[in-house]
Amino acid sequence: MDYGHSERAAGAPSLPTAVKILIAGGFGVGKTTLVGAVSETKPLRTEEVLTETGVGIDDLSGVEGKTTTTVAMDFGRITISDDLVLYLFGTPGQDRFWFVWDELALGAIGAVVLADTRRLADCFPSIDYFEERGTPFVVAVNCFDGARQYRLDEVQTALNLDPGVPMVLCDARRRESVRDVLVTLLEHAMKTWEARHGGIEG
Amino acid sequence: MAAEDGSAEDRWVDDHAGPVVRPYAMTGGRARPVTGTFDLISLVMATRSDAGGESGLGPEHLAIVALCQRMQSVAEIAAHLDLPVGTVRVLLGDLMARDLVRVRPPGGGAGVPDESVFEAVINGLRAL
Repeated sequence: MDYGHSERAAGAPSLPTAVKILIAGGFGVGKTTLVGAVSETKPLRTEEVLTETGVGIDDLSGVEGKTTTTVAMDFGRITISDDLVLYLFGTPGQDRFWFVWDELALGAIGAVVLADTRRLADCFPSIDYFEERGTPFVVAVNCFDGARQYRLDEVQTALNLDPGVPMVLCDARRRESVRDVLVTLLEHAMKTWEARHGGIEG
Repeated sequence: MAAEDGSAEDRWVDDHAGPVVRPYAMTGGRARPVTGTFDLISLVMATRSDAGGESGLGPEHLAIVALCQRMQSVAEIAAHLDLPVGTVRVLLGDLMARDLVRVRPPGGGAGVPDESVFEAVINGLRAL
């Protein structure tokens, strides 16, 4: 029965709920650009300062003495309605920060893995992570100026991607393009959700 | 860290100076909030327009109350005040214990959101 002090102080209107989508991919692939293209504020940066104890059994075992690490995450916000706010979080790129990903991925409605065809291998860790975790995701191939154009099926083969995972081309700088990526993700996430929960209604 | 004279203080302590005090000091050395868990996207709103009369609160507590006159997520509070998220969580715990803020945990809690959330987000995005 412990609802804490949180909700309602006498007669105050209830606050909206927030949901989040993760934006993953290799370093420099355009995650923050993508967030900025649709966010109603310019992307903000938040930092977690982690000490040894916060790091737990991470790979700092060889490091001498007290160590603190700062993990930065860029994020943006889209107000969907009076009741609902969507946050987009760029995931920190370094593999050693998986435990931060775990916190970010908790409760996320889905993820976008942003891929650069010049460095496709950079998005393998993200794909592995979301596949393992069962987080619905789409792969968005960022089409930079001058980036070599591949066909989506070529990229899909190169990534050894499950055919059920949607792939889309996008321009992370363009609002409409990013919006379409997010809609594709949400539709995929909803189908995944229905497949997992639909059995009840037959 | 006291500035040597007024002009030096003016020079350093502005909105962009960042914390002059180490984050740990702001929380009195505490690493965890006295109450509550604060997800990055928990939404926070102040219950009062000003907490200046409250004793025992630091400037960062008051800054959070001022910022949360408009609803903010925990991540936004940390970003706007240029404080680590862990520090903000501790400060929010103090404020929640005094009923100075209301906090709404994210949709679906630790689980997955329900179907209506997907539809609402899709419709909202299409309207962008």
